[in-house]
Amino acid sequence: MPGPDKETDLTERVEAFLSDLKRGGSGAGPLRGSAETARETTALLRKITAQARWSSAGDLMEIIRKEGRRMTAAQPSETTVGNMIRRVLKIIREEYARSRGSSEEADQQESLHKLLTSGGLSEENFRQHFAPLKANVIEAINELLTELEGTTDNISMQALEHIHSNEVIMTIGRSRTVEAFLRDAARKRKFHVIVAECAPFCQGHEMATNLSKAGIETTVIADAAIFAVMSRVNKVIIGTQTVLANGGLRAVNGTHTLALAAKHHSTPLIVCAPMFKLSPQFPNEEDTFHKFVSPHEVLPFTEGEILSKVNVHCPVFDYVPPELITLFISNIGGHAPSYIYRLMSELYHPEDHEL
Amino acid sequence: MLLQQQRKRSRIVKMADSGVTDGNEKKGDIERAKNEGKELTKEEKQRLRKEKKQQKKSKEKKDDKAIQESGKETKGDSSAVSAPQPSTQSTAQKVPAPVSVPAPEAPTPAEKPPKSKAELKAERRARQEAERASKQSKKGDPGPQGAVSKSKAATNELQPVVKRLPEHIQVDNPDVLKKLAKKLERQQIPLRLDYGYKVSLFSHLHQYSRKAPLTQQLSIPSTVIHPAIVRLGLQYSQGIVAGSNARSIALLHAFKQVIRDYTTPPNEELSRDLVNRLKPYISFLNQCRPLSASMGNAIKYVKKEISNIPSQCKEEEAKRKLLFCIEWYIKEKIILAAKAIAESSIEKISDGDVILIYGCSSLVNHILCEALEKNRKFRVIVVDSRPRLEGREALRRLVQRGISCTYVLISAVSYILPEVSKVFLGAHALLANGYVMSRVGTSQIALVAKAFNVPVLVCCETYKFCERVQTDSFVSNELDDPDDLIVTRNGQTHLEHWQQEPPLGLLNLVYDVTPPDFVDLVITELGMIPCTSVPVVLRVKNVDQ
Repeated sequence: MPGPDKETDLTERVEAFLSDLKRGGSGAGPLRGSAETARETTALLRKITAQARWSSAGDLMEIIRKEGRRMTAAQPSETTVGNMIRRVLKIIREEYARSRGSSEEADQQESLHKLLTSGGLSEENFRQHFAPLKANVIEAINELLTELEGTTDNISMQALEHIHSNEVIMTIGRSRTVEAFLRDAARKRKFHVIVAECAPFCQGHEMATNLSKAGIETTVIADAAIFAVMSRVNKVIIGTQTVLANGGLRAVNGTHTLALAAKHHSTPLIVCAPMFKLSPQFPNEEDTFHKFVSPHEVLPFTEGEILSKVNVHCPVFDYVPPELITLFISNIGGHAPSYIYRLMSELYHPEDHEL
Repeated sequence: MLLQQQRKRSRIVKMADSGVTDGNEKKGDIERAKNEGKELTKEEKQRLRKEKKQQKKSKEKKDDKAIQESGKETKGDSSAVSAPQPSTQSTAQKVPAPVSVPAPEAPTPAEKPPKSKAELKAERRARQEAERASKQSKKGDPGPQGAVSKSKAATNELQPVVKRLPEHIQVDNPDVLKKLAKKLERQQIPLRLDYGYKVSLFSHLHQYSRKAPLTQQLSIPSTVIHPAIVRLGLQYSQGIVAGSNARSIALLHAFKQVIRDYTTPPNEELSRDLVNRLKPYISFLNQCRPLSASMGNAIKYVKKEISNIPSQCKEEEAKRKLLFCIEWYIKEKIILAAKAIAESSIEKISDGDVILIYGCSSLVNHILCEALEKNRKFRVIVVDSRPRLEGREALRRLVQRGISCTYVLISAVSYILPEVSKVFLGAHALLANGYVMSRVGTSQIALVAKAFNVPVLVCCETYKFCERVQTDSFVSNELDDPDDLIVTRNGQTHLEHWQQEPPLGLLNLVYDVTPPDFVDLVITELGMIPCTSVPVVLRVKNVDQ
């Protein structure tokens, strides 16, 4: 029978994806970029929508929430997975509302009356069955996938608005978005890029070689020289792992130092982040730096006996507060950090913030 | 009317000629001084420099006036304009220096149109009078010279010091490079060549490769350079001896060896010859690795001591005296200073402190070990950075003594700083405008510590105080071997072929400057001072000497 085979096939796919996430997160840096993770997650959710058995929107949402919880638990630091799940949940709500006929936009404006009177009214509404709902949801997810594929190009198209000629631009580590951004600008303008290598993984080296192959004049500096060189830098352009709900960043370690140095010299700090990196999490004392990797990268085992007497830390991420950031460039345009909360309410439904 | 004009013209020509002969005569003075082998004193050198400037100016004005004059000659009017000037000239003639001698009529007869007989006669007469005047002024010269030098000495304190720019920050100037090459050839020291593509922002600095040490170009046996100095140079260039205290102490020990092996050649004085012997050694060490501020101060001290040896002193006694002076310097300025600084710093360390240190500073390590012996309870966080990774050495030393340590890289400093209660930093030099010059990364740590409101204390001996001023890390710095940045991760070495890709450059800075607003306190053996009091200490030191 096709039913159970499809189901086992689906669970296999999900299991494969989960083990991939678990493996890919540990070790020297991500083996896959966040864009790929986002795409794979969305594709998997589409498959779930297509193949799983559900009758009403509420059921579908329950299934997706359950799978989503497992996926985020597999790799908590990979926030794009959770973001995509929340996007799909929002899509489902929208499609449901459209099928029902009521305009979800009116409902979204949380009028005082609505807040005070209707409590859990919205939950019950998802029990109705609509035949074309499946097709609509899958179509919407396809649109989301096309949007995901075009994010890097959309960001790079804005490059010439922000980079003028003979500028000195600084960046840290390796970000595919920033690389595409700078290469696009380099086609028309001549400028100089300084890359901080970002120890201990030194992803900056790869970034520098890629940029120099595109003909951009690049210089690699050690992390310790960031402040020393900053007085000559005109702009700092960085990528990030996650954009937090308050407008802050969770970025690769060393970024906070870079942001402080830029603030001291009044150099603008520009973050190139596509919208799928925006996460509804707020920064928290406990989980802001919750990812560490093996300290072997910092103090190798060849150091001998002192290893047992020393604590070694190797955090992967840094938290950058929103006061240090000047501009976010995303696939839908440029925004100030104070506008991020508004974008979040457009992308995610407030009830989905906790999966 | 004509006679008046002639007389005026002759006076003018006399002035012009005497101006020229004056200049020639000054040149003769310089030649004489050189031939005698005497070193010109500071005042004399300044005076000569000023005179050369004046001569240049006068030459330019002569050319200008010549053009003017040739124009005026065609018009037919000559001395009316230039008449009032010679009167001022006459009063100024006796004072050899500052007044310019704008000779109105250039003594370049080739440019002028054919003269009348009267003018030729006037010129001949003027020349004779000029020679007579020069003979007189030769006799009278020491007089006004002495008066001038006395007046100069009186205003010496606030006079602007005429500084020469050090060669190592003018690498992009080909004249300076040529001069350096000539000087090294004279001293028989090989010139070290720059390596690799230099980032354009730093094209004014040298960049050497560690794989090509200077000693490979030396012939064995080298008669010019003492073997102790050769060994020292090699240790510097390979990084075996690193850290400003270690380098200074090694230098002074090498000098002691040089002095022990020195014998005065006949017909020479020890005080002058030994200083001249040391000059090629210092050039050699500079080529191996640019001198640090502490080394510079130590060398100044040694040279001063040598030149203060009285000429009637016997060689053995002089050598003993010099060795004693050097040992005194090491003991007083480095070892005892470290003890004094440790004592004051221990007051600042309380029980339960978490202290952050950066890199390997011998002074900071000493302070922490002393604090441990005084039974203070604290723990240390060692921050390290690529490519030198000096923090590992500090970590080993501290762990050996039993201090509990944590180790992170500099990119994780924002993570670890909320735990820290104090930051102790070492310094390479303290500049006269209050900036701290130290290992690259120090300013970054001070910046982040300031953002988290953690106090930053800098520990520095006074012999590292330097009269230079600097506001950024570009103008004067040291570029280390760029290949040090290359690293292999996951089996991939991305930067291996960086030389083949022309737009790619690697930058390996050694020092950076920390602005004084990031530093809360400087601990020296003279006490705890704010960063901005460095020029006060320098002034006090100068008055003492």
